[in-house]
Amino acid sequence: MRIEEHPILEFKKDKKINFTFNGEKIEGYEGETIAAALHASGVKVLGKSLFLHRPRGFYCAIGNCSSCLMTVNGVANVKTCVTDLEEGMIVETQEGKGVIV
Amino acid sequence: MRQAELLIIGGGPAGLCAAISAAKSGAKVLIIERNKYLGGQLVKQTHMFFGSEKQYASTRGIDITEILLNELDKYKENVEILADTTVVGMYEDGIITALYKEDDFFKISAKAVVVATGAFEKSLAFPNNDLPGIYGAGAVQTLMNVHGVKPGNKVLMVGAGNIGLIVSYQLMQAGVEVVAILDAASKIGGYLVHASKIRRMGVPILTSYTVKEAIGKDFIEKAVICQVDDKFQPIEGTEKEFDVDVMCISVGLTPLNELLAMRGCQMKYVPQLSGFVPLRNENYETTIENIFAAGDTTGVEEASAAMVEGYLAGLCAAAKIGYKTDDFDERKNDFVKQLDALRSGPVGKHILSGIEQIVV
Ligand SMILES: Cc1cc2nc3c(=O)[nH]c(=O)nc-3n(C[C@H](O)[C@H](O)[C@H](O)COP(=O)(O)OP(=O)(O)OC[C@H]3O[C@@H](n4cnc5c(N)ncnc54)[C@H](O)[C@@H]3O)c2cc1C
Ligand code: FES
Repeated sequence: MRIEEHPILEFKKDKKINFTFNGEKIEGYEGETIAAALHASGVKVLGKSLFLHRPRGFYCAIGNCSSCLMTVNGVANVKTCVTDLEEGMIVETQEGKGVIV
Repeated sequence: MRQAELLIIGGGPAGLCAAISAAKSGAKVLIIERNKYLGGQLVKQTHMFFGSEKQYASTRGIDITEILLNELDKYKENVEILADTTVVGMYEDGIITALYKEDDFFKISAKAVVVATGAFEKSLAFPNNDLPGIYGAGAVQTLMNVHGVKPGNKVLMVGAGNIGLIVSYQLMQAGVEVVAILDAASKIGGYLVHASKIRRMGVPILTSYTVKEAIGKDFIEKAVICQVDDKFQPIEGTEKEFDVDVMCISVGLTPLNELLAMRGCQMKYVPQLSGFVPLRNENYETTIENIFAAGDTTGVEEASAAMVEGYLAGLCAAAKIGYKTDDFDERKNDFVKQLDALRSGPVGKHILSGIEQIVV
């Protein structure tokens, strides 16, 4: 779901980045956030709510609301809407609160 | 601990202008911005700005950032920028804590601070409002205009203020269908030029409507809306359904004020300014000496006002710590006049009735 043509903007999508989402291989582009790359590949559900296990997607996309927390390279509670995609990243849906250290 | 003369928290239009103004006066300025880039909300705004010429009306938001950064570059010997860094605390003893990236934590002390953290988007209460696909208008803008990704195929826009209207237009520019725009108010809140442009493109604007519920399993598949009476109560039997994969919520912003509250600045809830805002004097100094605030964090307005407030707060903060220039009065009066002019219309009147309640 990438924008192909735009009257004002040009999007530099030069370098492809490979990463995995729950084990599945996905391609994104350099400069994108994790959430943007996932969304472009059709992944909208980024996690589950803590108690009622309702699906969670992003909401604010600027790091204010914590709706987009995921486990990235084994680190829990990463705000994927403001974290840039990197080659080989392992992105996973997080179960529960996530353990830090 | 890092020492700073003037610390500016937030590198949006208000923060950048505060930096320009203070650096021009001779103060050494440190800007801390949580994003990797400066410009705040401007970086995703592809439309021509409204406002007045001095604040770059009819220039695109994305280009205004460039103009401000070039201006700031003139004083580069006085300016240091720390991007990708979030200020996470402001304590009573004056210590300020910040986090570079995710794990590099450090302390700062500063002679004066300008808090210019902006605002964040409000949500709306209705059943299933947490389903993926229901996104803030700013989020949709960021996804499209910064990353070039479409939020979905069919969008229902909630809120017919300027942001709702502009983002609807930008969705169509990106090739996304907007099925309707709705607003609980009986009148369109945004400028009529934007509204008529959108109507001409065939998108209905439904006033006196609200969201009844969202329907979907893993993400939104359908939206149900209904009419409201003059007390904003839903009227039964007026429901309409839309098959949409995105609902975009554009019901306003509220000041991002946690740091000011944490520091102990006196705050007040002022509906006209969209939330809790700091009490301040005419120099934009809060009730705590040498802590200044500017931009949307002092009341949600527009980038034009945020810029001038930034210039004014930066000028006064610099003067307060010993950089009072000979032309101080002249510069200050100019900014005050610009703000008065910006607030001369009907919306400005509403804002002024809010400001009256916080200036001490
Ligand atoms: C869709 C849309 C259209 C708009 N159109 C117009 C228009 O046509 N004309 C107009 O005049 N205005 C317009 N506006 C309004 C305008 O964008 C805002 O009023 C303006 O950006 C406010 O500036 P600011 O500097 O106060 O805040 P922001 O631009 O929000 O900047 C705040 C900055 O602070 C940073 N920050 C926040 N917290 C921290 C922290 N703890 N540590 C470090 N950094 C932090 C943020 O990352 C951000 O960069 C529009 C807004 C939107 C959303
Ligand atoms: S979507 Fe709000 S913090 Fe990421």
